[in-house]
Amino acid sequence: MPRVLGYAEPLSVAPGEEIRFMVGTLDGPRRYRAEVVRVVCGDVAPDALKTVRVPTSIDGEHAGVPQPIHAGSYAVVERPDAFAGLTRFTMHAFIQPTRVPMRPVPQRQVIMGTWAEDRGTGFALLLDEAGALALLLGGRLISLGAPLTARRWYHVAASVDLTARTATLRQAPLAEHTPSLERAIERTLTLDASAQPGAELFLAAARRGIEAGRLATTWHFNGKLDRPALVRRALTSAELAAPGLAIAPKDLLAAWDLGADIDGERVSDRSPNHLHGRTVNAPKRAVTGHNWDGTAMDWRRAPEQYGAIHFHDDDLHDAGWAPSLTTRIPADARSGVYALRLAADGGPDFWVVFYVRPPRRGPRAPIAFLASTATYLCYSNYRARMRPGPAELYIGALPTVDTTDLLLMHHPELGGSTYDVHSDGSGVCHVSRRRPLVNVRPTGRLWNLLLDLCLLDWLEAHELPYDVITDDDLHAEGLPLLQDYAVVLTGCHPEYYSREMLDALAAYLGRGGRLMYMGGNGFYWRVSYPASHPGLIEMRRAEDGTRAWVESVGEYYHSSTGEYGGLWRRQGRAPNVLAGVGFVAQGFDRSSYYRRTEAGHDPRARFIFEGIAEDVLGDFGLFGDGAAGLELDAFNTALGSPPWALVVASSENHSNAFQLVNEEMNVSFAGADGQFSAAVRADMVFYEHPAGGAVFSTGSIAYVGSLGHAHHANNISRLTLNVLRRFLDPSPFKPPTSR
Amino acid sequence: MFAIDPGRLDLVREFRERPFGPHSPELQAVLNVLRAARHCQNLLLVCTRPHREWILAEKQPGGLPPRLLTDRVFASLQEAEWHAFRVRWEAVTGQPLPPLDPA
Repeated sequence: MPRVLGYAEPLSVAPGEEIRFMVGTLDGPRRYRAEVVRVVCGDVAPDALKTVRVPTSIDGEHAGVPQPIHAGSYAVVERPDAFAGLTRFTMHAFIQPTRVPMRPVPQRQVIMGTWAEDRGTGFALLLDEAGALALLLGGRLISLGAPLTARRWYHVAASVDLTARTATLRQAPLAEHTPSLERAIERTLTLDASAQPGAELFLAAARRGIEAGRLATTWHFNGKLDRPALVRRALTSAELAAPGLAIAPKDLLAAWDLGADIDGERVSDRSPNHLHGRTVNAPKRAVTGHNWDGTAMDWRRAPEQYGAIHFHDDDLHDAGWAPSLTTRIPADARSGVYALRLAADGGPDFWVVFYVRPPRRGPRAPIAFLASTATYLCYSNYRARMRPGPAELYIGALPTVDTTDLLLMHHPELGGSTYDVHSDGSGVCHVSRRRPLVNVRPTGRLWNLLLDLCLLDWLEAHELPYDVITDDDLHAEGLPLLQDYAVVLTGCHPEYYSREMLDALAAYLGRGGRLMYMGGNGFYWRVSYPASHPGLIEMRRAEDGTRAWVESVGEYYHSSTGEYGGLWRRQGRAPNVLAGVGFVAQGFDRSSYYRRTEAGHDPRARFIFEGIAEDVLGDFGLFGDGAAGLELDAFNTALGSPPWALVVASSENHSNAFQLVNEEMNVSFAGADGQFSAAVRADMVFYEHPAGGAVFSTGSIAYVGSLGHAHHANNISRLTLNVLRRFLDPSPFKPPTSR
Repeated sequence: MFAIDPGRLDLVREFRERPFGPHSPELQAVLNVLRAARHCQNLLLVCTRPHREWILAEKQPGGLPPRLLTDRVFASLQEAEWHAFRVRWEAVTGQPLPPLDPA
């Protein structure tokens, strides 16, 4: 495993601009070597890796130190004065724990309080190691001793009277929507402790201390927390049993409304004391609360039913590492995919990938390669294939990882991908680039960036001038980023798209632009980039589609934008509308070939096949010896494919591992694999856009892996070159008039 | 439920010759059994030298790292697939595979 890790800020940088690298070592301080390279070809075959060294001020050997990652989300109210010296008070909240008891290592989970492990002072309402409601105050712990049940709602409270040396604990299941056999439990226990000094108040965590100058937390709560509140007096049993009871404002110390400010980090206190807080590590908001009754699915329509936050002990937004290396990208650096290559003895190199875009002012290359940085991020730190599950059955072969991937299983604090689940089993719907991205690199699994580099290698081999721009740039800047390019090429798998990115591509085509969609399963899921959380992507695996996990019911709407999450296909913007094709099947054992169709002989398509005599195309390639493989898209006018588009070639004879995706089969049926169903295929599509531009789509992720076959002298390379050359020609395309 | 016929060595030969599909429907049925949850050893391949060397590993529950099976090193994915097939076939059918004719 690598012994040195890092990440970059910003992700995309122009020549002459500064970039910072946050670098940390593993297992103690150690020296490491760094160099900046432009990546031309990935490690797709023995001796295939091609990089160009770009001299910078940070080249050479450096002393590295470990930089910890404090994963786990919580909210903090930084007003120690407000919580000091309380002698009579009550804490109460609605909670839905999702990991009780904690296994394999039993651990406490704090609901709310000021407990500081480093000082041994404060108080906290928590779940003890067995998952039972408990109160910790001044080092004394009292517990109800009855573990809560995971994924059930409870009202929990602790009413403390230090002058009477008693505390009343109460846990009551909420049975309004789900029948429960549990009964409310309430006990008044002796508590011989004194008033506690002030500290920050935490929701869903406790202070561990200051480590390397940063606040560290512990005992993170897994689950939902709704309407936490602090009252300035010890509520009576009758009051505790009526959680809806209004408390006089003068008695309220704080009453946090977690359903407010859902799109950001703020936690609002509705008491007169304005003890507002903020969330850390991007817990999931816009989640159903204790009173959600199923009548509203959109949090904006019933905010009072979305008063909860779902915290996880492995949420991560910003690793917060100190910058280790800072340099300026040379003013004459050409646009491309770059990396800071980090090497330390004892493990493989670690690649911190970043992108150099063209100068902000000045000439553009005619071709833009649009790096699928949203998709790379959604797949970043993917560990699901290393956990038990049916991966081998849908891959059609043994899942393969390398020793760098293993890092993720040894360091869970690195956080997961949107294909993973949290430690409580709920889906990961936030991914951040402000942490080491272990699998975004020019080595390892033949997927995403590594495959996309085959396209750059092909452009280089044909000496075709190109710029590299990113999804992140496109989301932020829209059409102006694209408008000067003659042709835009996507990567092999631009799966995750924001509305802003789709709008920009549509506007580009509306101005006569030319789009080459060089892959499969593109434009599939909606994502958003929360303005409140730089570097973060939000996505919700709602309702339909090929899903690594299924979004909780009632939680399909994004917290950051209010957008309905899920497939673009279910939102009136199927990939077919833009690309002419949409996702239909996947399999990962072997690829197949395309066969030129009758429509491929249409005079409109003649330029595509110039110099290609054979009808079988791409019966070779890096992935499984074929150009049609991994994930496949097909033409479908019912989903919006332009009726005048030409399906110029289609793949056939896919392996048994290729299955129709579930959104293509309303009723499950047999014979849906590549050996039985003709619907399992990639369609290669060309259409002229009414604005004078055009779209060419390959419909297969594996396609770009065939470009380099036989030193780029093959029919896939020739076909792609034919299309690109015509697309570079400014002569407008004209759709046929009769369709 | 479908059960593997241990006498169908023709399917074993088919897999050895072509571990990655397309497979005959009968071989696919065998693979469905060998890779299914009730028999699957939750195997994983770990590449230890790029393009040259792989070892098997066993996935672990509870988020734990895979257990590396370092006793055997494979020089190709095909070789690893064949090994996994043989081990599973023998475990599921309870019968050792006899020596096969040369491919």
